[in-house]
Amino acid sequence: MTAGGDLRSGPRSSGASNDGQPPFPVTHATTVVALRYADGVIMAGDRRATAGNIIAHNAMEKVFPADRYSAVAIAGTAGMAVEMVRLFQVQLEHYEKVEGATLSLEGKANQLAQMVRQHLPMAMQGLAVVPLFAGFDTARGIGRIFNYDVTGGHYEDADFQATGSGGRDARTTIKLGFREGLTQNEAVDLAILSLYEAADEDSATGGPDLVRGIYPLIAVVDADGYRQVAETEVAERFGALIARKVAERAQ
Amino acid sequence: MSMPYYVAPEQVMKDRAEYAQKGIARGRSLVATTYDEGIAVVAENPSRSLHKISEIYDRIAFGGVGKYNEYDQLRVAGVRHADTKGYAYSREDVDARSLANLYAQYLGNVFTHEMKPLEVEVLVAELGADNKPDQLYHIAYEGTITDEERFAVLGGDAETIAERVGAAWRAGWDLSSALKAATASLAGPDRTLAAGDLEVATLSRGNGRRTFRRITEEDVAQLLA
Repeated sequence: MTAGGDLRSGPRSSGASNDGQPPFPVTHATTVVALRYADGVIMAGDRRATAGNIIAHNAMEKVFPADRYSAVAIAGTAGMAVEMVRLFQVQLEHYEKVEGATLSLEGKANQLAQMVRQHLPMAMQGLAVVPLFAGFDTARGIGRIFNYDVTGGHYEDADFQATGSGGRDARTTIKLGFREGLTQNEAVDLAILSLYEAADEDSATGGPDLVRGIYPLIAVVDADGYRQVAETEVAERFGALIARKVAERAQ
Repeated sequence: MSMPYYVAPEQVMKDRAEYAQKGIARGRSLVATTYDEGIAVVAENPSRSLHKISEIYDRIAFGGVGKYNEYDQLRVAGVRHADTKGYAYSREDVDARSLANLYAQYLGNVFTHEMKPLEVEVLVAELGADNKPDQLYHIAYEGTITDEERFAVLGGDAETIAERVGAAWRAGWDLSSALKAATASLAGPDRTLAAGDLEVATLSRGNGRRTFRRITEEDVAQLLA
Protein backbone atom coordinates (compact mmCIF):
# COMPACT_ATOMS: atom_id res chain seq x y z
CA MET A 1 0.00 0.00 0.00
CA THR A 2 1.37 3.35 -0.94
CA ALA A 3 1.79 5.95 1.73
CA GLY A 4 0.25 8.74 -0.37
CA GLY A 5 -1.67 11.66 0.96
CA ASP A 6 -3.95 10.02 3.44
CA LEU A 7 -4.85 11.33 6.82
CA ARG A 8 -2.65 9.20 9.00
CA SER A 9 -0.92 12.15 10.54
CA GLY A 10 -4.13 14.12 10.70
CA PRO A 11 -6.69 14.20 13.48
CA ARG A 12 -7.70 10.63 12.70
CA SER A 13 -4.80 9.21 14.71
CA SER A 14 -7.15 7.76 17.31
CA GLY A 15 -10.25 5.71 16.54
CA ALA A 16 -10.40 4.25 13.05
CA SER A 17 -7.60 1.84 12.20
CA ASN A 18 -5.37 2.11 9.18
CA ASP A 19 -5.90 -1.53 8.21
CA GLY A 20 -9.06 -0.90 6.28
CA GLN A 21 -7.45 0.69 3.25
CA PRO A 22 -9.23 0.23 -0.08
CA PRO A 23 -7.40 -2.07 -2.52
CA PHE A 24 -6.96 0.72 -5.08
CA PRO A 25 -5.39 4.18 -5.05
CA VAL A 26 -7.95 6.78 -3.99
CA THR A 27 -7.63 10.48 -4.69
CA HIS A 28 -6.95 12.38 -1.48
CA ALA A 29 -6.90 16.05 -0.70
CA THR A 30 -4.59 17.50 1.92
CA THR A 31 -3.56 20.54 4.02
CA VAL A 32 -6.25 23.03 4.97
CA VAL A 33 -6.06 25.66 7.69
CA ALA A 34 -8.37 28.14 9.35
CA LEU A 35 -7.47 30.98 11.68
CA ARG A 36 -9.29 33.79 13.36
CA TYR A 37 -8.27 37.43 12.88
CA ALA A 38 -9.60 40.77 14.10
CA ASP A 39 -12.71 40.90 11.84
CA GLY A 40 -13.48 37.24 11.09
CA VAL A 41 -11.77 34.11 9.86
CA ILE A 42 -9.32 33.14 7.11
CA MET A 43 -9.43 29.74 5.48
CA ALA A 44 -6.77 28.39 3.17
CA GLY A 45 -5.97 25.14 1.41
CA ASP A 46 -3.21 23.82 -0.83
CA ARG A 47 -4.08 22.61 -4.34
CA ARG A 48 -2.64 19.10 -4.51
CA ALA A 49 -4.65 15.88 -4.68
CA THR A 50 -2.84 12.55 -4.51
CA ALA A 51 -3.75 8.99 -5.41
CA GLY A 52 -1.23 6.70 -3.77
CA ASN A 53 2.15 8.15 -4.71
CA ILE A 54 0.77 9.83 -7.81
CA ILE A 55 -0.22 13.49 -7.95
CA ALA A 56 -3.76 13.14 -9.22
CA HIS A 57 -4.56 16.82 -9.62
CA ASN A 58 -2.45 19.91 -9.17
CA ALA A 59 -5.09 22.64 -9.14
CA MET A 60 -7.72 21.17 -6.87
CA GLU A 61 -9.98 23.47 -4.87
CA LYS A 62 -10.42 22.47 -1.24
CA VAL A 63 -11.96 25.63 0.20
CA PHE A 64 -15.61 26.34 -0.63
CA PRO A 65 -18.22 28.83 0.44
CA ALA A 66 -20.82 26.92 2.47
CA ASP A 67 -23.15 29.89 2.34
CA ARG A 68 -22.79 33.66 2.52
CA TYR A 69 -21.23 33.70 6.01
CA SER A 70 -19.34 30.44 6.24
CA ALA A 71 -16.67 28.41 4.51
CA VAL A 72 -15.88 24.73 4.48
CA ALA A 73 -12.54 23.12 3.64
CA ILE A 74 -11.97 19.45 3.02
CA ALA A 75 -9.33 16.83 3.68
CA GLY A 76 -9.64 13.14 2.93
CA THR A 77 -11.09 11.24 0.00
CA ALA A 78 -11.59 13.91 -2.64
CA GLY A 79 -14.54 12.48 -4.53
CA MET A 80 -16.64 12.02 -1.43
CA ALA A 81 -15.52 15.21 0.21
CA VAL A 82 -16.50 17.36 -2.77
CA GLU A 83 -19.86 15.61 -2.92
CA MET A 84 -20.37 16.19 0.79
CA VAL A 85 -19.66 19.89 0.36
CA ARG A 86 -22.09 20.11 -2.56
CA LEU A 87 -24.85 18.52 -0.50
CA PHE A 88 -24.00 20.72 2.49
CA GLN A 89 -24.27 23.86 0.35
CA VAL A 90 -27.64 22.74 -1.02
CA GLN A 91 -28.93 21.95 2.47
CA LEU A 92 -28.00 25.33 3.89
CA GLU A 93 -29.56 27.17 0.96
CA HIS A 94 -32.64 24.94 1.05
CA TYR A 95 -33.16 25.61 4.74
CA GLU A 96 -32.75 29.34 4.18
CA LYS A 97 -35.32 29.42 1.38
CA VAL A 98 -37.90 27.17 3.01
CA GLU A 99 -37.68 28.77 6.46
CA GLY A 100 -37.01 32.31 5.30
CA ALA A 101 -34.11 32.58 7.76
CA THR A 102 -30.51 31.36 7.86
CA LEU A 103 -29.30 28.72 10.30
CA SER A 104 -27.11 29.85 13.19
CA LEU A 105 -23.40 29.14 12.72
CA GLU A 106 -23.63 26.41 15.33
CA GLY A 107 -26.64 24.95 13.51
CA LYS A 108 -24.60 24.75 10.33
CA ALA A 109 -21.70 23.10 12.18
CA ASN A 110 -24.07 20.49 13.65
CA GLN A 111 -25.62 19.82 10.26
CA LEU A 112 -22.16 19.13 8.81
CA ALA A 113 -21.37 16.88 11.79
CA GLN A 114 -24.37 14.72 10.97
CA MET A 115 -23.16 14.32 7.40
CA VAL A 116 -19.68 13.29 8.56
CA ARG A 117 -21.20 10.82 11.03
CA GLN A 118 -23.32 9.25 8.31
CA HIS A 119 -20.15 8.78 6.34
CA LEU A 120 -18.47 6.75 9.12
CA PRO A 121 -18.93 3.28 7.52
CA MET A 122 -17.06 4.52 4.45
CA ALA A 123 -14.38 6.05 6.66
CA MET A 124 -13.91 2.64 8.32
CA GLN A 125 -13.14 1.27 4.85
CA GLY A 126 -10.47 3.87 4.38
CA LEU A 127 -12.49 6.51 2.54
CA ALA A 128 -12.53 9.16 5.24
CA VAL A 129 -13.71 12.73 4.83
CA VAL A 130 -12.61 15.25 7.43
CA PRO A 131 -13.87 18.79 6.89
CA LEU A 132 -12.96 22.02 8.59
CA PHE A 133 -15.72 24.55 9.06
CA ALA A 134 -15.40 28.25 9.81
CA GLY A 135 -17.62 31.23 9.55
CA PHE A 136 -18.69 34.59 10.82
CA ASP A 137 -21.22 34.34 13.62
CA THR A 138 -23.52 37.22 12.74
CA ALA A 139 -25.32 36.98 16.08
CA ARG A 140 -22.09 37.37 18.09
CA GLY A 141 -20.04 39.37 15.58
CA ILE A 142 -17.00 37.05 15.68
CA GLY A 143 -15.27 34.46 13.52
CA ARG A 144 -15.52 30.85 14.76
CA ILE A 145 -13.78 27.63 13.73
CA PHE A 146 -15.02 24.04 14.04
CA ASN A 147 -12.83 21.00 13.65
CA TYR A 148 -14.18 17.50 12.88
CA ASP A 149 -13.13 13.91 13.29
CA VAL A 150 -14.37 10.94 11.24
CA THR A 151 -17.09 10.07 13.76
CA GLY A 152 -18.75 13.44 13.28
CA GLY A 153 -17.37 14.72 16.55
CA HIS A 154 -16.83 18.41 16.23
CA TYR A 155 -14.89 20.70 18.48
CA GLU A 156 -14.76 24.44 18.44
CA ASP A 157 -11.28 25.92 18.29
CA ALA A 158 -10.72 29.31 19.82
CA ASP A 159 -8.05 30.63 17.47
CA PHE A 160 -6.88 28.32 14.69
CA GLN A 161 -7.01 24.78 13.36
CA ALA A 162 -5.58 22.73 10.51
CA THR A 163 -6.40 19.31 9.14
CA GLY A 164 -5.14 16.89 6.50
CA SER A 165 -1.82 15.07 6.24
CA GLY A 166 0.16 18.30 6.55
CA GLY A 167 -2.11 19.64 9.26
CA ARG A 168 0.32 19.18 12.11
CA ASP A 169 3.07 21.16 10.43
CA ALA A 170 0.67 23.90 9.42
CA ARG A 171 -0.80 24.07 12.93
CA THR A 172 2.61 24.41 14.53
CA THR A 173 3.51 27.23 12.15
CA ILE A 174 0.32 29.11 12.95
CA LYS A 175 0.76 28.49 16.68
CA LEU A 176 4.15 30.21 16.55
CA GLY A 177 2.88 33.23 14.65
CA PHE A 178 -0.60 33.67 16.11
CA ARG A 179 -1.61 36.53 18.37
CA GLU A 180 -4.88 38.17 19.24
CA GLY A 181 -6.13 40.83 16.82
CA LEU A 182 -4.18 39.96 13.65
CA THR A 183 -5.09 42.16 10.68
CA GLN A 184 -6.46 40.49 7.58
CA ASN A 185 -3.16 40.84 5.72
CA GLU A 186 -1.16 39.45 8.63
CA ALA A 187 -3.54 36.50 8.91
CA VAL A 188 -3.32 35.79 5.17
CA ASP A 189 0.48 35.90 5.38
CA LEU A 190 0.44 33.50 8.33
CA ALA A 191 -1.86 31.09 6.45
CA ILE A 192 0.47 31.25 3.43
CA LEU A 193 3.51 30.55 5.62
CA SER A 194 1.76 27.61 7.29
CA LEU A 195 0.94 26.00 3.94
CA TYR A 196 4.47 26.62 2.72
CA GLU A 197 5.93 24.88 5.78
CA ALA A 198 3.43 22.02 5.50
CA ALA A 199 4.37 21.48 1.85
CA ASP A 200 8.00 21.45 2.93
CA GLU A 201 7.38 18.51 5.30
CA ASP A 202 4.52 16.62 3.70
CA SER A 203 4.71 15.05 0.23
CA ALA A 204 0.94 15.14 -0.19
CA THR A 205 0.72 18.90 0.28
CA GLY A 206 1.44 21.05 -2.73
CA GLY A 207 3.60 24.15 -2.48
CA PRO A 208 3.24 27.20 -4.71
CA ASP A 209 3.58 26.29 -8.40
CA LEU A 210 5.44 29.27 -9.84
CA VAL A 211 5.67 27.70 -13.32
CA ARG A 212 1.93 27.20 -13.83
CA GLY A 213 0.94 30.00 -11.51
CA ILE A 214 -1.03 27.78 -9.13
CA TYR A 215 -1.27 29.07 -5.57
CA PRO A 216 -3.24 28.02 -2.49
CA LEU A 217 -6.82 29.11 -2.31
CA ILE A 218 -7.51 31.63 0.41
CA ALA A 219 -10.94 32.75 1.58
CA VAL A 220 -11.93 35.48 4.02
CA VAL A 221 -15.23 35.45 5.93
CA ASP A 222 -16.19 38.56 7.87
CA ALA A 223 -19.22 40.80 8.42
CA ASP A 224 -19.38 41.38 4.64
CA GLY A 225 -19.56 37.64 3.97
CA TYR A 226 -17.41 35.16 2.07
CA ARG A 227 -14.89 36.28 -0.53
CA GLN A 228 -11.82 34.77 -2.10
CA VAL A 229 -8.50 36.57 -1.94
CA ALA A 230 -7.53 37.39 -5.54
CA GLU A 231 -5.04 34.98 -7.07
CA THR A 232 -2.73 37.84 -8.04
CA GLU A 233 -2.58 38.99 -4.42
CA VAL A 234 -1.82 35.46 -3.19
CA ALA A 235 0.91 35.18 -5.85
CA GLU A 236 2.40 38.48 -4.69
CA ARG A 237 2.41 37.42 -1.05
CA PHE A 238 4.01 34.07 -1.92
CA GLY A 239 6.61 35.97 -3.94
CA ALA A 240 7.41 38.10 -0.90
CA LEU A 241 7.66 35.00 1.33
CA ILE A 242 10.03 33.26 -1.08
CA ALA A 243 12.19 36.39 -1.45
CA ARG A 244 12.41 36.56 2.36
CA LYS A 245 13.38 32.88 2.59
CA VAL A 246 16.06 33.32 -0.07
CA ALA A 247 17.44 36.40 1.68
CA GLU A 248 17.55 34.53 5.02
CA ARG A 249 19.60 31.75 3.43
CA ALA A 250 22.03 34.17 1.81
CA GLN A 251 22.93 35.71 5.17
CA MET B 1 -84.30 4.08 -0.94
CA SER B 2 -82.46 7.32 -1.51
CA MET B 3 -81.12 8.18 -4.91
CA PRO B 4 -77.97 10.33 -5.27
CA TYR B 5 -78.74 13.68 -6.81
CA TYR B 6 -77.60 14.14 -10.37
CA VAL B 7 -75.52 17.27 -10.76
CA ALA B 8 -74.36 18.18 -14.25
CA PRO B 9 -70.52 18.30 -14.53
CA GLU B 10 -70.80 21.81 -15.97
CA GLN B 11 -72.52 22.87 -12.78
CA VAL B 12 -69.89 21.20 -10.58
CA MET B 13 -67.06 22.99 -12.39
CA LYS B 14 -68.90 26.29 -12.31
CA ASP B 15 -69.50 26.02 -8.60
CA ARG B 16 -65.88 25.14 -7.90
CA ALA B 17 -64.61 28.00 -10.06
CA GLU B 18 -66.92 30.43 -8.30
CA TYR B 19 -65.77 29.15 -4.92
CA ALA B 20 -62.08 29.54 -5.84
CA GLN B 21 -62.58 32.99 -7.37
CA LYS B 22 -64.38 34.19 -4.25
CA GLY B 23 -61.57 32.93 -2.06
CA ILE B 24 -58.91 34.62 -4.19
CA ALA B 25 -60.85 37.88 -4.38
CA ARG B 26 -60.81 38.12 -0.59
CA GLY B 27 -57.02 38.56 -0.65
CA ARG B 28 -54.93 41.37 -2.06
CA SER B 29 -53.34 41.42 -5.51
CA LEU B 30 -49.81 41.20 -6.86
CA VAL B 31 -48.06 42.76 -9.86
CA ALA B 32 -44.88 41.51 -11.52
CA THR B 33 -43.13 43.51 -14.21
CA THR B 34 -39.85 43.52 -16.05
CA TYR B 35 -37.58 46.57 -15.71
CA ASP B 36 -34.13 47.51 -17.04
CA GLU B 37 -32.21 45.36 -14.53
CA GLY B 38 -34.56 42.41 -14.27
CA ILE B 39 -37.96 41.62 -12.77
CA ALA B 40 -39.76 43.43 -9.95
CA VAL B 41 -42.59 41.81 -8.01
CA VAL B 42 -44.86 44.06 -5.97
CA ALA B 43 -47.60 42.76 -3.68
CA GLU B 44 -50.01 44.49 -1.40
CA ASN B 45 -49.13 42.87 1.91
CA PRO B 46 -49.04 44.61 5.29
CA SER B 47 -47.28 41.64 6.94
CA ARG B 48 -43.48 41.72 7.29
CA SER B 49 -43.11 38.02 8.02
CA LEU B 50 -45.82 36.19 6.04
CA HIS B 51 -44.48 36.59 2.54
CA LYS B 52 -46.33 36.51 -0.75
CA ILE B 53 -43.09 36.70 -2.74
CA SER B 54 -40.20 34.31 -2.22
CA GLU B 55 -37.03 32.94 -3.71
CA ILE B 56 -37.21 29.58 -5.45
CA TYR B 57 -33.82 29.34 -7.11
CA ASP B 58 -30.92 31.37 -8.51
CA ARG B 59 -33.02 33.11 -11.18
CA ILE B 60 -36.53 32.09 -10.19
CA ALA B 61 -39.00 33.82 -7.89
CA PHE B 62 -42.40 32.76 -6.62
CA GLY B 63 -45.49 34.86 -5.99
CA GLY B 64 -48.77 33.69 -4.54
CA VAL B 65 -52.13 35.26 -3.87
CA GLY B 66 -55.19 33.82 -2.16
CA LYS B 67 -55.08 31.51 0.82
CA TYR B 68 -51.69 31.74 2.53
CA ASN B 69 -51.41 28.15 3.75
CA GLU B 70 -52.23 26.82 0.30
CA TYR B 71 -49.77 28.86 -1.75
CA ASP B 72 -47.07 28.48 0.89
CA GLN B 73 -47.35 24.72 0.49
CA LEU B 74 -46.85 25.19 -3.26
CA ARG B 75 -43.85 27.46 -2.62
CA VAL B 76 -42.10 24.87 -0.44
CA ALA B 77 -42.79 22.15 -3.01
CA GLY B 78 -41.26 24.42 -5.65
CA VAL B 79 -38.10 25.06 -3.63
CA ARG B 80 -37.74 21.33 -3.04
CA HIS B 81 -38.26 20.54 -6.73
CA ALA B 82 -35.70 23.15 -7.82
CA ASP B 83 -33.05 22.25 -5.22
CA THR B 84 -33.38 18.53 -5.91
CA LYS B 85 -33.11 19.05 -9.64
CA GLY B 86 -30.14 21.41 -9.34
CA TYR B 87 -28.32 18.99 -7.06
CA ALA B 88 -29.02 15.91 -9.18
CA TYR B 89 -28.09 17.58 -12.49
CA SER B 90 -26.73 21.10 -12.67
CA ARG B 91 -27.83 24.55 -11.49
CA GLU B 92 -28.41 25.63 -15.09
CA ASP B 93 -30.87 22.80 -15.67
CA VAL B 94 -33.38 24.32 -13.26
CA ASP B 95 -35.92 26.33 -15.24
CA ALA B 96 -39.18 28.11 -14.55
CA ARG B 97 -41.08 26.44 -17.39
CA SER B 98 -40.86 22.97 -15.86
CA LEU B 99 -41.80 24.34 -12.46
CA ALA B 100 -44.76 26.27 -13.89
CA ASN B 101 -45.95 23.11 -15.64
CA LEU B 102 -45.70 21.21 -12.39
CA TYR B 103 -47.83 23.81 -10.61
CA ALA B 104 -50.33 23.84 -13.46
CA GLN B 105 -50.69 20.07 -13.35
CA TYR B 106 -51.12 20.01 -9.61
CA LEU B 107 -53.66 22.85 -9.54
CA GLY B 108 -55.55 21.29 -12.45
CA ASN B 109 -55.66 17.91 -10.74
CA VAL B 110 -56.92 19.33 -7.49
CA PHE B 111 -59.53 21.39 -9.32
CA THR B 112 -61.04 18.41 -11.17
CA HIS B 113 -60.58 15.60 -8.65
CA GLU B 114 -60.91 17.10 -5.19
CA MET B 115 -63.94 18.40 -3.37
CA LYS B 116 -62.38 21.81 -2.81
CA PRO B 117 -60.20 23.61 -5.34
CA LEU B 118 -57.14 25.53 -4.17
CA GLU B 119 -57.99 29.20 -3.65
CA VAL B 120 -54.72 30.46 -5.06
CA GLU B 121 -53.03 31.95 -8.09
CA VAL B 122 -49.33 31.49 -8.54
CA LEU B 123 -46.60 33.42 -10.33
CA VAL B 124 -43.31 31.88 -11.43
CA ALA B 125 -40.88 34.54 -12.63
CA GLU B 126 -37.59 33.77 -14.29
CA LEU B 127 -34.78 36.17 -15.04
CA GLY B 128 -33.55 35.54 -18.57
CA ALA B 129 -29.90 34.58 -19.13
CA ASP B 130 -27.75 34.63 -22.26
CA ASN B 131 -30.05 36.92 -24.23
CA LYS B 132 -33.13 34.89 -23.36
CA PRO B 133 -36.05 37.12 -22.39
CA ASP B 134 -37.39 37.37 -18.85
CA GLN B 135 -40.37 35.11 -18.39
CA LEU B 136 -43.46 35.44 -16.21
CA TYR B 137 -45.74 32.42 -15.82
CA HIS B 138 -49.16 33.01 -14.33
CA ILE B 139 -50.96 29.88 -13.15
CA ALA B 140 -54.61 30.18 -12.18
CA TYR B 141 -56.55 28.14 -9.59
CA GLU B 142 -57.80 25.63 -12.18
CA GLY B 143 -54.37 25.07 -13.72
CA THR B 144 -54.59 27.46 -16.65
CA ILE B 145 -51.10 28.69 -17.45
CA THR B 146 -50.24 31.86 -19.33
CA ASP B 147 -46.81 33.26 -20.07
CA GLU B 148 -45.96 36.94 -20.24
CA GLU B 149 -42.84 38.81 -21.18
CA ARG B 150 -43.89 42.28 -19.98
CA PHE B 151 -46.00 42.08 -16.83
CA ALA B 152 -48.44 39.84 -14.97
CA VAL B 153 -51.18 40.59 -12.47
CA LEU B 154 -52.54 38.06 -9.98
CA GLY B 155 -55.51 38.36 -7.68
CA GLY B 156 -59.19 39.12 -7.49
CA ASP B 157 -59.21 42.44 -9.28
CA ALA B 158 -56.60 41.38 -11.84
CA GLU B 159 -58.33 42.65 -14.98
CA THR B 160 -58.75 46.24 -13.82
CA ILE B 161 -55.25 46.36 -12.36
CA ALA B 162 -53.79 44.85 -15.55
CA GLU B 163 -55.43 47.61 -17.58
CA ARG B 164 -53.78 50.25 -15.40
CA VAL B 165 -50.36 48.55 -15.54
CA GLY B 166 -50.69 48.10 -19.31
CA ALA B 167 -51.36 51.80 -19.78
CA ALA B 168 -48.32 52.81 -17.72
CA TRP B 169 -45.90 50.09 -18.85
CA ARG B 170 -42.71 51.17 -20.68
CA ALA B 171 -39.97 48.92 -22.03
CA GLY B 172 -36.69 49.25 -20.11
CA TRP B 173 -38.02 51.54 -17.39
CA ASP B 174 -36.08 51.74 -14.15
CA LEU B 175 -37.04 50.21 -10.81
CA SER B 176 -38.35 53.46 -9.37
CA SER B 177 -40.82 54.14 -12.19
CA ALA B 178 -41.84 50.48 -12.37
CA LEU B 179 -42.49 50.47 -8.65
CA LYS B 180 -44.48 53.72 -8.76
CA ALA B 181 -46.66 52.45 -11.62
CA ALA B 182 -47.21 49.06 -9.98
CA THR B 183 -48.14 50.67 -6.67
CA ALA B 184 -50.54 53.13 -8.29
CA SER B 185 -52.12 50.30 -10.31
CA LEU B 186 -52.60 48.17 -7.18
CA ALA B 187 -54.09 51.09 -5.27
CA GLY B 188 -56.49 52.31 -7.96
CA PRO B 189 -57.80 55.87 -8.20
CA ASP B 190 -59.42 55.97 -4.74
CA ARG B 191 -56.57 54.80 -2.50
CA THR B 192 -52.87 55.38 -1.97
CA LEU B 193 -50.46 52.70 -0.82
CA ALA B 194 -47.40 53.51 1.29
CA ALA B 195 -44.17 51.52 1.55
CA GLY B 196 -45.48 49.82 4.70
CA ASP B 197 -48.42 48.31 2.78
CA LEU B 198 -46.19 46.71 0.19
CA GLU B 199 -43.96 43.72 -0.16
CA VAL B 200 -41.37 44.19 -2.91
CA ALA B 201 -38.68 41.88 -4.24
CA THR B 202 -36.55 41.80 -7.38
CA LEU B 203 -34.64 39.37 -9.53
CA SER B 204 -31.81 41.59 -10.63
CA ARG B 205 -28.97 40.92 -13.06
CA GLY B 206 -26.44 42.70 -10.84
CA ASN B 207 -26.98 40.41 -7.84
CA GLY B 208 -24.56 37.57 -8.60
CA ARG B 209 -25.61 33.90 -8.60
CA ARG B 210 -28.66 34.25 -6.38
CA THR B 211 -30.48 37.11 -8.06
CA PHE B 212 -33.43 37.35 -5.62
CA ARG B 213 -33.49 40.30 -3.19
CA ARG B 214 -36.13 41.63 -0.88
CA ILE B 215 -36.36 45.41 -0.95
CA THR B 216 -36.61 46.84 2.56
CA GLU B 217 -39.40 49.19 3.57
CA GLU B 218 -37.00 52.16 3.72
CA ASP B 219 -35.69 51.46 0.23
CA VAL B 220 -39.22 51.08 -1.11
CA ALA B 221 -40.16 54.42 0.45
CA GLN B 222 -37.13 55.99 -1.21
CA LEU B 223 -37.93 54.46 -4.60
CA LEU B 224 -41.53 55.65 -4.37
CA ALA B 225 -40.54 59.19 -3.39
